[in-house]
Amino acid sequence: MAVVSPGFFGRRRTSNEKLPPGQYLVTDFPVLSAGPTPRVDTSKWQLSITAETGQVHTWDWAAFRKLPAEEITVDLHCVTKWSKLGTGWQGVSLDTLLADVQTSAGYALVRSYGGYTTNLPLADLLDGKAWIAFRYDGDELEPEHGGPARLLVPHLYLWKSAKWVQGIQLSDSDEPGFWETLGYHNYGDPWREQRYWGD
Amino acid sequence: MARAAVLGRLTWQVGTVAALRDETATARTIALDLPDWPGHLAGQHVDVRLTAPDGYSAQRSYSIASAPGGSRIELTVQQLADGEVSPYLAEVLSVGDPVELRGPIGGWFVWDPDDAGPVLLVGGGSGVVPLMAMIRARAAAGSHAPFRLLYSARSPQTALYTDELAETERADPALEVTRIYTRTPPPGWPAPPGRVSSDVLAAAAWPPEMRPAMFVCGPTGFVETVADLLVQAGHRPGKIKTERFGPSGGQQ
Repeated sequence: MAVVSPGFFGRRRTSNEKLPPGQYLVTDFPVLSAGPTPRVDTSKWQLSITAETGQVHTWDWAAFRKLPAEEITVDLHCVTKWSKLGTGWQGVSLDTLLADVQTSAGYALVRSYGGYTTNLPLADLLDGKAWIAFRYDGDELEPEHGGPARLLVPHLYLWKSAKWVQGIQLSDSDEPGFWETLGYHNYGDPWREQRYWGD
Repeated sequence: MARAAVLGRLTWQVGTVAALRDETATARTIALDLPDWPGHLAGQHVDVRLTAPDGYSAQRSYSIASAPGGSRIELTVQQLADGEVSPYLAEVLSVGDPVELRGPIGGWFVWDPDDAGPVLLVGGGSGVVPLMAMIRARAAAGSHAPFRLLYSARSPQTALYTDELAETERADPALEVTRIYTRTPPPGWPAPPGRVSSDVLAAAAWPPEMRPAMFVCGPTGFVETVADLLVQAGHRPGKIKTERFGPSGGQQ
């Protein structure tokens, strides 16, 4: 059990049922990434979804932006302990993008411009739980926050919401992504505090 | 991107404060003796958990400042004015107190002493802490890897590890330290206060042809700026590892 820290009483107590265990609230929007921010021109941008059969669906920026988009207000939880509540996004639901994709895959490996990867069960991308977001707080998504478009899977820790998303590979097997091979939890549910391996 | 470290399950353990050392008016180093420390790599961090008598707890991450080896680690904590955990660690904590932590965490922003290639370290403010672990690990391992550190601080009074860096640099020609001051340089300093620019970086960094390993740590604005400048200077993005902390605003 936890050991009491002599002389510690806590200054920032916020009893907020929207705050998962071990998290604290921020009002700004911190940035975390493992390397330089890629600059991806929308004239060269492509998003592809590859089924386990090898069948590829590709959208360029114009085609992607013609898809029906949704306004989304969600809470963000970063594994580095900060949470930001009520963030406003605009994005295309993965349900829309996956509608014509024939698949019985169980897993998805998401790839980004710049080489980042992250993995999650395909079910976590479906049923209104995930989007490819291209606007934040009313503005075009800035590169440092993942623009021109990023994955948004707010029910998992934020490293699963891959910035600069480029492709999604569907597969019958689960392949750990970048942080998932470096000690971070394979699934990453903030409400079960799944930060690291073994959590 | 290859796996840099294999980590086991991270369980909480209770360390004991063995020593405290003021680094600046608002930062201090905490040496902790740990009952079950698996060792770490230079650049990794730990999660610290504080618990109040009524069970309320708060967690934060802190970079390890010390070189790997043994069952003692050092953290250097910069006190944040509106912080919850850092003021406790920087002011309240006493020698002999228990501190709950788990780690080491992070297998990406790490330097391997077996890598003999040139290294560029760029730190802003307390972002120098994990870079200092790399400098110390290099010395501890007897590595002769050529190191260059570019350290941006507000003033000499806020800069960490000043004496140790000066001594290490004096004793070792393969370590070069370049300092810049963003607010108040020391009297007689040859340059006006300023932030990292392409000129500063060109003078302080290795040329891209040398393919250095690069580690950039500091506040988000600082890291964004430096990483962009390195890419513009011709460095390969895949060689630039970044670690960011704090609010998304301004540069240190």
